[in-house]
Amino acid sequence: MKKYSALLLAIAFALSVSSQEVKEVLQKVKAKYDLVSDYTATGKMKTNVVFIKAPVATVKVYYKKPDKLKIKNESGVSFVPKGSVNINMNNVLGLNNYEAIDGGTEKISGTECRVIRIFPLSDDESITRATLYIDEKQLLVIKSVISTKENGTYELLMSYKRYAAYGLPDKAELTFNTKDYKLPKGITVDYDNGTSKDNTDKLKNKKGKVEIIYSGYQINKGVPDSVFN
Amino acid sequence: MFFTLLRIELFKIFKRPRTFIAFAAVAVIVVLVQFALKLNGKDFIELYTDSQTDTFEIPYEKIQNGYFVCVAVLHMILIHVPLLVALIAGDMISGEANLGTLRLLAGKPVTRGQIIMSKFFASTVYVALLLVWMALFALLGSILLFGTEDLVVFKETDLHIIRSHDVLWRFFAAFVFAALALTTIAAMALMFSVFSDNSLGPIVATVCVVIIFTIVQQLRVPVFEETVNPWSFTTHMLGWKGFFYVEKTAEGETINGSIENPAALVKSGLVLLGYIVLFLAVSISYFRKKDILS
Amino acid sequence: MTNILEVRGLTKRFNEFRAVDDLTFSVKKGEVYGFLGQNGAGKSTTIRMLMTLIEPDSGEIEIFGKKLAKNRKEILRNIGAVIERPDLYKYLTAIENLRIFATMSGIKVSDKCLMEQLDTVGLAARAKSKVRTYSQGMKQRLGLACALVHNPELIILDEPTNGLDPQGIADMRNKIIQLSKEENKTLLVSSHLLNEMEMMADSMIIINKGKKIIEGKVSELLHPEVSVIELKTPSHHSLSELIGKTEWASCLKMHSGDIFRFEFNKDRISEFNKQLVLAGIEVNSLGPVNSLEQFFLSQTQE
Repeated sequence: MKKYSALLLAIAFALSVSSQEVKEVLQKVKAKYDLVSDYTATGKMKTNVVFIKAPVATVKVYYKKPDKLKIKNESGVSFVPKGSVNINMNNVLGLNNYEAIDGGTEKISGTECRVIRIFPLSDDESITRATLYIDEKQLLVIKSVISTKENGTYELLMSYKRYAAYGLPDKAELTFNTKDYKLPKGITVDYDNGTSKDNTDKLKNKKGKVEIIYSGYQINKGVPDSVFN
Repeated sequence: MFFTLLRIELFKIFKRPRTFIAFAAVAVIVVLVQFALKLNGKDFIELYTDSQTDTFEIPYEKIQNGYFVCVAVLHMILIHVPLLVALIAGDMISGEANLGTLRLLAGKPVTRGQIIMSKFFASTVYVALLLVWMALFALLGSILLFGTEDLVVFKETDLHIIRSHDVLWRFFAAFVFAALALTTIAAMALMFSVFSDNSLGPIVATVCVVIIFTIVQQLRVPVFEETVNPWSFTTHMLGWKGFFYVEKTAEGETINGSIENPAALVKSGLVLLGYIVLFLAVSISYFRKKDILS
Repeated sequence: MTNILEVRGLTKRFNEFRAVDDLTFSVKKGEVYGFLGQNGAGKSTTIRMLMTLIEPDSGEIEIFGKKLAKNRKEILRNIGAVIERPDLYKYLTAIENLRIFATMSGIKVSDKCLMEQLDTVGLAARAKSKVRTYSQGMKQRLGLACALVHNPELIILDEPTNGLDPQGIADMRNKIIQLSKEENKTLLVSSHLLNEMEMMADSMIIINKGKKIIEGKVSELLHPEVSVIELKTPSHHSLSELIGKTEWASCLKMHSGDIFRFEFNKDRISEFNKQLVLAGIEVNSLGPVNSLEQFFLSQTQE
């Protein structure tokens, strides 16, 4: 019995030390991300959702601390996933009351990453849990998997180059769950060109993906609040 | 002589007050739809996007642009325009018989075939002018009222976003296709008109045939899907919509200038042309032998 | 005189009903040819066959010396017709109607010519009024103008005085005579107002149940050797007894109530009268039936 108690204590201690350690990593990453209080980015957005056929959109991404983010298609129509707000890492890094567990390491896109699992402790948060894959050398989040209360799970994969010093990606890929899309026949009265039958099976239980390739950032130049309305 | 006859037929069509009922009706319907969408456009778009509002930010204001409104107008109006076309084409021969002028016409040094063809082409010109009128109100009017943006087309199982610069030619093609579809109706109404000596019969017959085939088409049950629908003209008449269905790359990106399954559109066009030829052949062969007793 | 129109063995059946039955007649150049028959006798069907509106079952039509079936366009270019009612495009004006029919006949006419044409039928003042505002008489006159606008050689008028008032009838008659006598047009005119025919036709045909009854010069048909005598008497029993015993029985053509009709040579009227007196038969009236109308009736009655 004594042996088991000792083992449990050892594990608890180890975990406590580990949690402390990963929180420190997170704090370092947050400190880096905190360098940016706002930005306006331009980029191209590709939407890859099975039931949407959309052209590549020229978008502007607006961000303002702590958690305001807006993607606007300046010259066309785009269906922006609601979870795109999660490309702002402050959503996770800005949590005050959370528990973090070390998930070991994993290679993402050729980069060795520390896997940290985060569990918010407050019921008020929209996030239920998150997993961050962090490049410890550069203190950058390479991948995140965020589960939300209302909008399901989002997976974000980011690659950095020119703006790595600010923790801002050159490319972000957001993968999200989609709901079935099917309209009543009476509403659409489609022309039957023989493609609708092929589509029906493809549309079920699929994930959607949005990819933004940033061409440039304007960092800390101020963004009016009206942009986010 | 044929063009002289055509000119006379057009003169007669556009001298009749009833001709302009169709133009007035189109203008009123278009303006009503535009007015409704101006006030309640978001509610209308929500009919299509309701299931996706949790997942996506829906750009209602951008979707509600002139192109979208025009497609909506055409979607609502083109189902009913056959009635307006039947009003004119269904009266072409039977109206003359009823009026008593058919015997004057057929007693002139022109062939019966020329009479039918001139009346058919006059109906076609009428259809074309009606569509130009529709384009003026529905397209130009909507662009002026709502502006231009990318066009979102909601289908039963997917939605297509088409770049604004890639839209206008599609409208042009859609109007041309709609003209072909309505000309099919005109040819059918003309055919019924040849068999009758009163105006109402062919008009009612045409509308009934369109309603029956539309219902059969919309039932979407296998017994009709596999037998009637592939050859029903009402199926192919919707082909104008096909110009607003775009192809995409493997990554889901819209291909500018593309049409989803253009072969289906070509088939639809050929089927409609086939119907026109069939209706005209029946009309001419019957009319050539017909004893004019009116 | 040459024949402008020749019809040989023309037959048309509608199901089992023979509307026109082996009809043969000819119309000479420059004459007014009366086409007589009761309603349903087959006049309109024949005229419609002449205008290629109805296809004959058998028989042949030659117009201007050419077969109609093979030279339809060429022949119709030289025919002007008003068939039954002068139905025109009511939503168009008179001048617009006239222009349409001129154009369809293959001629180009200036507005001035059209106005002159309307003037000849007395409609110049109403040239720009819609036809729906016209009276029946005005429509008839406009119909005639439409038939004449391309200056045809043969004019076919089907019941041209239908619905006209006495003045209108007189005007139409004068116009027909003028066309024939002054402009040397050939006219085929059908009408049920037979006294009109009497006044204007040169030749005529009487048809009944689609068959020809008689054809010839009106002057000859009106003054035949054989005359129809009508006797009105209250003593029909005595008369019946008298004629039953004599040769007059074979001359009796019709008996209805007090009226008896006999057919015999004109010169026997006085002899007949004498025998009536000798037999003591009371006579209310006795006289020849010599109008075209009576003649027509005598020929077409059962």
